[in-house]
Amino acid sequence: MGYRLGVDVGGTFTDVLLVDQATGATFRAKTPTTPRDQSEGVLAGIRKACGEAGIPLAEVDQVLHGTTVATNAILEGRGARVGLVTTAGFRQILQIARSYVPGGLAGWIVWPKPEPLAALEHTVEVAGRIAADGREVEPLDVDSARRALRRLAASGIEALTIALVNSYADDSHEKALAALAADEIPGVPVSLSSQVLPEMREYERTITTVANSYVQPEVARYVRNLDAALRDSGIEAPLSILRSDGGLTSADKAAQDPVALLLSGPAGGVTGAVWFAEQAGYRDLLTFDMGGTSTDVALVLDGTPRIGRDTTVGDLNVRASSVDVRTVGAGGGSIAHVPELTKALRVGPQSAGASPGPAAYGHGGTAPTVTDANVVLGYLPDELAGGEITLDRKAARRAVAEVADAMGLESVEAAAAGIVDIVNENMFGALRLVSVQQGYDPRDFALVAFGGAGPLHANALGKLTGAWPVIVPPSPGVLCAYGDATTSPRSEAARTVVRRFSMLDSDDLRALLAELADAAGTRLAADGVPRALQHTVHEIDVRYHGQGFEIPVTLTDAMLKADDLLAAVGEAFDVEHERLFSFLLRNEKEIINLRVAVTGPRPNIAGRALAAGGTDPGGAFVRETEVWADGAYTRAAVYDRDKLQAGNVVPGPAIVTEMDSTTLVLPGHTATVDAGGCLLIRPAAAPAGFDPTDTADARE
Amino acid sequence: MATIIQSNTAPVAAVPVDPVTLDIIENALRNARHEMDEVLFRTALSPGIREQHDEFPLIADPEGRMVVGQFGLSVPDFLDGFGGTIGEGDVLLTSDPYACGAAISHANDWLVVLPIFHQGRLVGWASMFGHMADVGGKTPSSMPSDARTIYEEGVVIPPFKLYDAGDLNEDALAVILNQVRMPDWNRADLNGLVAACRTASRRISELCERFGVEVYLSALDALLERNYQAMKALLATLFEDGETLEFTDWICDDGCGYGPYELTIALTRHGEKIHLDFGKAAPQAVGPVNYYINENLVRMFFGIYVITVADPQILWNDGFYPLIDVTIPEDSFWKPRRPAALNARNHGIGRVFDLFGGLLGQKNPAILNAAGFSSSPHFMYSGYRTAGEQAGEWFQLYSIGFGGIPGRPIGDGPDGHSLWPSFVNIPCEYLEAYYPLRIERWDTVADSGGAGLRRGGNAVDVAYRFAEPGTIAIHDDRWLTYPWGVNGGRPGARGRKWLEHPDGTVRILPSKCHDIPVAPGDVLHFVTWGGGGWGDPYQRPTDLVGLEVRRGLVTVEGARDGYGVVCDPDGAVDADRTRELRARLTEERGEPPLFDMGPPLATILDRCLAETGLPAPAPPVDVRTVTA
Repeated sequence: MGYRLGVDVGGTFTDVLLVDQATGATFRAKTPTTPRDQSEGVLAGIRKACGEAGIPLAEVDQVLHGTTVATNAILEGRGARVGLVTTAGFRQILQIARSYVPGGLAGWIVWPKPEPLAALEHTVEVAGRIAADGREVEPLDVDSARRALRRLAASGIEALTIALVNSYADDSHEKALAALAADEIPGVPVSLSSQVLPEMREYERTITTVANSYVQPEVARYVRNLDAALRDSGIEAPLSILRSDGGLTSADKAAQDPVALLLSGPAGGVTGAVWFAEQAGYRDLLTFDMGGTSTDVALVLDGTPRIGRDTTVGDLNVRASSVDVRTVGAGGGSIAHVPELTKALRVGPQSAGASPGPAAYGHGGTAPTVTDANVVLGYLPDELAGGEITLDRKAARRAVAEVADAMGLESVEAAAAGIVDIVNENMFGALRLVSVQQGYDPRDFALVAFGGAGPLHANALGKLTGAWPVIVPPSPGVLCAYGDATTSPRSEAARTVVRRFSMLDSDDLRALLAELADAAGTRLAADGVPRALQHTVHEIDVRYHGQGFEIPVTLTDAMLKADDLLAAVGEAFDVEHERLFSFLLRNEKEIINLRVAVTGPRPNIAGRALAAGGTDPGGAFVRETEVWADGAYTRAAVYDRDKLQAGNVVPGPAIVTEMDSTTLVLPGHTATVDAGGCLLIRPAAAPAGFDPTDTADARE
Repeated sequence: MATIIQSNTAPVAAVPVDPVTLDIIENALRNARHEMDEVLFRTALSPGIREQHDEFPLIADPEGRMVVGQFGLSVPDFLDGFGGTIGEGDVLLTSDPYACGAAISHANDWLVVLPIFHQGRLVGWASMFGHMADVGGKTPSSMPSDARTIYEEGVVIPPFKLYDAGDLNEDALAVILNQVRMPDWNRADLNGLVAACRTASRRISELCERFGVEVYLSALDALLERNYQAMKALLATLFEDGETLEFTDWICDDGCGYGPYELTIALTRHGEKIHLDFGKAAPQAVGPVNYYINENLVRMFFGIYVITVADPQILWNDGFYPLIDVTIPEDSFWKPRRPAALNARNHGIGRVFDLFGGLLGQKNPAILNAAGFSSSPHFMYSGYRTAGEQAGEWFQLYSIGFGGIPGRPIGDGPDGHSLWPSFVNIPCEYLEAYYPLRIERWDTVADSGGAGLRRGGNAVDVAYRFAEPGTIAIHDDRWLTYPWGVNGGRPGARGRKWLEHPDGTVRILPSKCHDIPVAPGDVLHFVTWGGGGWGDPYQRPTDLVGLEVRRGLVTVEGARDGYGVVCDPDGAVDADRTRELRARLTEERGEPPLFDMGPPLATILDRCLAETGLPAPAPPVDVRTVTA
């Protein structure tokens, strides 16, 4: 057994986590991110971590990496110049973009329309047509296609997407065009819509494929550089990249299919959260990752994150499987403001970001942010990030006082508490999206809080959702590297069929599924996971004939073995439809997509073991402080997380500080330290003889 | 007037609500309303609701005042028109505009209203309506373009209890569904509407549980008050006391050969109140274009323009309604007499927004956009399949098209986009998989957007090739009058529709027609309108005009005539000739008008046949003198 390396590159820091697979011992390194060539920072981190472990780099036998390169290329508009080939008559497919205008009834007045990801002047159309059933209606006009491709070549495109109408039903024209493109525009990477997303709906398929082309050159370059740098340093282990859906893929495949990496970063966080929560004994989870500008939430059922079919990054929405992460513009840097007209308190989505940052950071920010509100309320220590940031309490008060004045509130603390309440409510809204609105009761879940700002708001969100315990993993600011190090490889094959139940029989269905399972399994085997170690999950998207949305039905072993497979699928669909919408229809059902996901085994990593202590956390006590809670200042103890021992119980109100984050335990709650180092926050059990409703007494 | 049965009638005390709780409840209401949409989209069967989102949710306070919604509909008017009792577990349904004070405005819209109870007390209303793809009547999709009475427009459901204390009235539903062509769709869509309202009801009950009924209801009052105060402040800054503003636009024709219908709205501020006067309206239309409009909806449409710019995050509600007086004359285009036909009121809805845009924008450049809210163009196709596995099966399509968004103060109008919130087009591949047709072109039309510093959005041209015999129907407008430009911007192009037969012959279709037979191989070109331009087109950056030529959004001729830009087909601009041309055109034009509506109406009518291929409509008449 050797060592696994998890690598996460953030905006500011690169985190490297080295895991000794035999003992579970971890060695962490944090180095500044090197934006020009991220591999420099990564290697510096790896050397540091290996140095701490006292091992040569060659002993690393796996490098696992979640990356935001693809995401940032989209967010910063730095992608490739993409050429697009469409079917004749559909050249403006991205210009029309399904005609959708966001916002309310007058939303069109204020909506700035984003430019298409492939410019219209780089879009050409070719004659030739496939029908919905895959028949060729009109042959591909090869001569005009060549001319069109030559025009694109002359315009200096850096990547090419071929996306034709009905290619999900038959890909022969797309393939023929790819062959022509290899001839006419050699060296330019080509993405085919029938390969990236073989599903119905031409706009979604086209934009997803264009997004793939858009990030492809940059991702390929990055992966190649990193791989080469690893080799040069003496690491022989293969580089694996974390995909948006939480699976791992080889560096080569990642470079081919980078649209599957758009949520690689958040997926790493969720995977890490799952790993720690499982160590603590919890498998049904709501995860909540609060950073400086936004919060990502997700739902995990029985240790498996829910996978969604859509991925959203900024303005861009593509059809690509990803951990079903919902993002709200609520973070530590979110700015509070009070529109003069309505006197309402709004928090976000505008953010002070890293620059100028919250007023308390003293980097020139003056707008009141969530972090400033937390400073005013006494929830943050004087120094953050191990002393890198010293908080300016006066500046925070000054900023929040503006909000108090605008709202006519009696105190700055009341305004600060309001800001915190509102931002908590915004995050609560996102947690409801993944729970209540999907038919899950949050009280059946534990809430895992991470990200730099998550642990500060975790207890409050536990109160709002009723999801207990609230779990704060150790080093919550760098959970992604942990996630990277603890994921398993995954491969997926999918196909759109669109058949009513009466037009299919169970044997056909079984044969189709077997074909997909074979394709996905073969791919994973090629990535180094032998068949015997593979775990296969079959999924079918079903709806009533004529509905616009499908419900994914996961096939159990019993269903797969059932004589009447179709009937079993139908029953499972009914159960899910009833659960989601509380009614059933008599209409015939139809199958839309088949999907098979094959995963390799979870890496065997031993959990961390903290030194055991008694319930008294006194050994970690730092000092007393004052915090604002329930409308008044109250005494609270500050603890050093590094000194807490397993079994310690921290009574609220309390603040637990560590290098990359701060946890707030509210009055009436306790945080228990578990063996793996997680803090488990729960409502305090009422001591005998006390009236639990009389909280004023309980505090004294 | 409905009687509400409550087991708990103890009065609820008004309590002060702290501002943060208020904002939290506001946020929760917004989430509940979005959840209503989500439930319906995911369960509906008809493409109109499922793919295009033709539906409108609302949550109201116990008095029926909307506290959150996206379009508004008047629960109080609905309750006025309902004679019975309403209690816990009841779900009410209607599709009769005449029986609910125009809470809905044509019989295709099915309106579900559900009282929300908490601990035996009425705490609000959840309500939602959706456009049913078919409600029976003489033509598929139930929108006969020549209807003169509502009796031709299918089943008209008077307000009744679909669920009585939780029990479904199966008999009544069976009678209703027996009238329609696609009962499965109606049943699923109706189920979705009810499920969405019940979801809202659960969320409101949870809020009452969490904050207490007193706080919840007091918060609603405060939210309504917040809108009232905000609007009061806005009105005082936007309009001069005592000054009357007026704006006129037209509906081109009524499907029965009459038009254009002249529509005028006047606005006068009297102290803190605004009076909106629809008094100079055209008479009730002979055909189905009458837009029976509810006074509260007028208030809503008015308000949405002025407040969107001031606080886009505000939770839109009815609180400011007491500030707006509305006068709508009886027997007019806006308030026709039963049984006037109503099915094609979508043009009127569109035109209301152009009217308000022109009315309010005259004095407020920040909200003055060009025209383009011109209609909600509908296309219908139906028949029996004659070939393949599904031979003998009935197919029926109802879909909404889109056009050019007007040029706006913040930028160009998007090409081929929707002005309706959250609407999207039906994917080509979806249409081809489910209907016997092929789409040969789905593009925008170069030069159709009005020229301007900010260009109007281009119209859309969708070419449908039919594979089975059947009939088609079309509803559109702005084929005669122009989507006007503002501040020097030029009007957008008008809409056109035509059929091409395999033998090469072409048949021009009117903008409103139904039961038009089509044969396999026929191609329909459905071309919508362009948006008007905003600002002086001779000031538009020349390189941007050149780029748009290269993109195929503007032609070389369009660049020259519309923008005074001389360039080649690759968009390379000849700077000297452009400077010369722009100087000459600017001088010839002189001071640009605030509104450019194209040629005078008399000229438009004179040239009608030559320009559009269709005869000019006859002037509107008193409907009582017309015999069918």
